[in-house]
Amino acid sequence: MRSSEQVRSVPLRARVRNNLVPFGFTVVTMVLFVVFFVWPAVLGLYYSLTNYRGYGTAKFVGLANYLQLFGDSDFYQAVLRTLTYAALVVPLSFVVPLFISVLLVGRFCRWSRAAQVLFFLPWLISPIVAGVIWRWMFGESFGVVNFLLSSLGVGHISWQTESNLSLATVVVAAVWGGLAFNMLLFMAALRNIPRSYYEAAEIDGASGWRQFWSISLPLLRPTSFMVVLLSSIGAMKEFALVQALNGGGPGNTNYLMVQYIYHTGFELNKVGYASAASFVLMLMLLVIALIQVRIDRRTELG
Amino acid sequence: MSTFIARTSRGPAVESANRRGRRRSGSWATSVVTGIVWLLALLWMFPALWFLLSSFKSGSELFSYPLTLLPKDWTFSGYVAAWERFNFARYVLNTSIVAVGTTLLTVVVSAATGYAFAKYKNWWLRWFFVGILITTMLPTEVIMPSTFRVILSLGLYNSLAGIILPSVMTATGTFMFRQYFSTVPAELSEAARIDGAGEFKIFWQIMFPLARPIAATLAIFSFHWRWNDYIWPLIVLNDPKNYTLQVALRSIVGADNINWSVLLSASIISLIPMVALFIAFSPQIMNANMNSGIKD
Repeated sequence: MRSSEQVRSVPLRARVRNNLVPFGFTVVTMVLFVVFFVWPAVLGLYYSLTNYRGYGTAKFVGLANYLQLFGDSDFYQAVLRTLTYAALVVPLSFVVPLFISVLLVGRFCRWSRAAQVLFFLPWLISPIVAGVIWRWMFGESFGVVNFLLSSLGVGHISWQTESNLSLATVVVAAVWGGLAFNMLLFMAALRNIPRSYYEAAEIDGASGWRQFWSISLPLLRPTSFMVVLLSSIGAMKEFALVQALNGGGPGNTNYLMVQYIYHTGFELNKVGYASAASFVLMLMLLVIALIQVRIDRRTELG
Repeated sequence: MSTFIARTSRGPAVESANRRGRRRSGSWATSVVTGIVWLLALLWMFPALWFLLSSFKSGSELFSYPLTLLPKDWTFSGYVAAWERFNFARYVLNTSIVAVGTTLLTVVVSAATGYAFAKYKNWWLRWFFVGILITTMLPTEVIMPSTFRVILSLGLYNSLAGIILPSVMTATGTFMFRQYFSTVPAELSEAARIDGAGEFKIFWQIMFPLARPIAATLAIFSFHWRWNDYIWPLIVLNDPKNYTLQVALRSIVGADNINWSVLLSASIISLIPMVALFIAFSPQIMNANMNSGIKD
């Protein structure tokens, strides 16, 4: 009798266990996901097809906003600036933390724990404060960088009034601030590589450089993928650091995309137009992520 | 705590292995590498050190050549002015409420969601998992105009809850717990089920306590993210009374004439909680393996 009861009740219980129970565990996340991810996305897509200005009724204008974006030189400038910025920050945010991590984890560095703490300091500092710190460093008249350069006879450099140099200061600040987290990823992954691999390589007479190329780098591939992907996404949506460092200046020459969206959507109140710009940014992020997943897959196979 | 103990206890073993290796491979490599690393480390620390020391200089000394590393007369006038001019206690309180509140919610919500992803299999969970994955690649806070309307519709505008709720769900936290719970053997929950424990009781009384090291790591990182957040507070808050530290600092930098003396001290004050967190948890922070959280 007992067994027949089990036969009847098990499928139902299993179904409850496989649907109702996980629903109970995930319901809060689902609500948050719908409210703060799906809803803004759908609403944004709708706004991007209207001329909504933040009040009154929104008039449907089809793809007019997107077409207008294609002819908007300010938008092009923001896109180009953002891509230039990412093209500079991403390689540096990969190479510098990797280089330092390899040295710190390797057996040649003394007092590496203490050095690690110093490298870690910028992790404590918010993007806003990091921007303030570098604004202070790169002050044109009383910044310490210009002071040291003029002591060396290089002379006064226009870190704030020349737009390319101003972008360079943001790159420096971003690499400085981003080091700790990427280092954390690399160091954890490097520590997980069995020492015996290196010992075996050494017996075979492989140089340190060779060991890095043939053992460390291939085994770090999943971490490298993560670092490049997260750095790219972070660079494409950079906002706070620029706000504090140069405010997108001089003028609007260093407006990155998020600042452009903020400026058009909130300061000029062109909600529809800014939403269209947001979707172009989203599309760019999606393309970047897909390209990287593709490259990751291909190197995995090859 | 077991994984932390395991991890930290590996430290000395690795170090002694290093020392043995060092003797073998000669001292020149050690000197060169140590030299490069420390040069870079000091270079890395310099901007923060310069900033800190500058905050103790008087307003006139900040702008007089030649610049010196150490202040000629140490003064706290910038700190006094910052404290008097700005409602710092209020900003610190607001930021703390947001950071602590969000962190507590994030840990519990991420643990429950990660547990479901690890222990239950069905079609909609798989889709939902992909959805969560997408949130890391497509950050909605970037669609600021529509996100702002959502906040308005929910009546969360200008309230701290309006910063807390959108930040509770994090893909990283969910993945960290999912990764951890998928390593916990099924026999453990089977045994509890035979003893008649319900599914939620199993999670809350057995699984969640097991995952304490993950919860600790996520809590530290979540506090750090939320303390430093800028974009959500900027969108949501309007009344200076509700400002978080980052938004308040930005309002000082955004002024036409920056009062550097106040700005330097105000920035340093905003760092104190993070420094305290780091001093208290530096082993957990520096040994945290975020790889598992982000990708598996």
